[in-house]
Amino acid sequence: MAKAKQRVHPLEDLIRTERIPHIWCPGCGVGTVFSACLSAIKQTGIEYRKFTMVSGIGCSGRGAGYARLDSFHTTHGRAIPFATGIKMANPELNVIVFSGDGDLFAIGGNHFIHAARRNMDLTVICINNFIYGMTGGQVAATTPHNAQSATTPYGNPESPFNLPLLAIASGATYVARWTMIHTRDLTDTFAEAMAHRGFSFIEVLSPCPINYVRRNKVKLMDLVKKFQTHTIIRNDADPRDLDLDFEKGVVLGKFVDIDRPTADMLYEEIRRRRAG
Amino acid sequence: MKYWRAPLDINEIPIVRGIVHIIADRCKGCGYCIEFCPREVLAFSKEFNKKGYHPPMVVSDGCLNCHYCEQLCPEFAIYTEEVPPVAGSPSP
Repeated sequence: MAKAKQRVHPLEDLIRTERIPHIWCPGCGVGTVFSACLSAIKQTGIEYRKFTMVSGIGCSGRGAGYARLDSFHTTHGRAIPFATGIKMANPELNVIVFSGDGDLFAIGGNHFIHAARRNMDLTVICINNFIYGMTGGQVAATTPHNAQSATTPYGNPESPFNLPLLAIASGATYVARWTMIHTRDLTDTFAEAMAHRGFSFIEVLSPCPINYVRRNKVKLMDLVKKFQTHTIIRNDADPRDLDLDFEKGVVLGKFVDIDRPTADMLYEEIRRRRAG
Repeated sequence: MKYWRAPLDINEIPIVRGIVHIIADRCKGCGYCIEFCPREVLAFSKEFNKKGYHPPMVVSDGCLNCHYCEQLCPEFAIYTEEVPPVAGSPSP
């Protein structure tokens, strides 16, 4: 084992090893998704200095701090506005927004729909762990109906967001959903989304072992296995069927992949026309 | 691997073999690699690492270098490498 320590993990050049171990709890899916994201960056073959990672606040918001790329850890909910600024200042960059469901859809919900409407050329990775994990497990906009949380001890009376439907309706040009257990599909989808020109949105279902799993009295491995057994892979599915209901089966796959002029292209066109 | 009948080209196709490397001190003992290894190559070891978790250990030589443990590990603590294939070696 002492010999193995001197060997190098294949992603070692993309992680800030001086900050490892990261803060994510044992069994947290964020680490797996982060690893898939870095593998995808490697898979695209684009040089690393052409990438920027932006994240907001929350457990998954720590991601930007662990990537050996130019990265920003921004204020709560404002990952997309920062990323928009970066993209408009330097359209050459591949901007990745790596954040959680609370940051992107509750606190930063408005920014998300407008970036999708403008078709900003961003890759938005949303890790959906069904809860506000870092602040103690309060009910979130993505907590399933009847699920327990710190603020809904008798079950959640509300319905969760259907995130891919929201993204499609707002005008996103690439929308997909996977779970953290589908690592190969996830890596390929990330790489495809980074290569895609336009607003790409990928929702990744992931377990929160402390605040969601333990409070709902399920076992971590049971929930992760449910991601395999209670999901259906159906590309181009009707977005109205994409609600989060494990009893019915959660639909995974790539739902939208279209081309539309991006915000920086349209801006450049106007600027050039104005300049004559 | 058990076959219901031996494939006709079993002696011609080289079987890819992998070797598992574990960075024990990074492990937080979540057990994903052990639970989801398709070849059941790993198990919890009795030893503790420096953080007090039980890291996995290799218990069989059945690794086929599928990289699933490497992709699933949230801690960047495990990875596999291909060992040069030996032509005509039967699968264990």
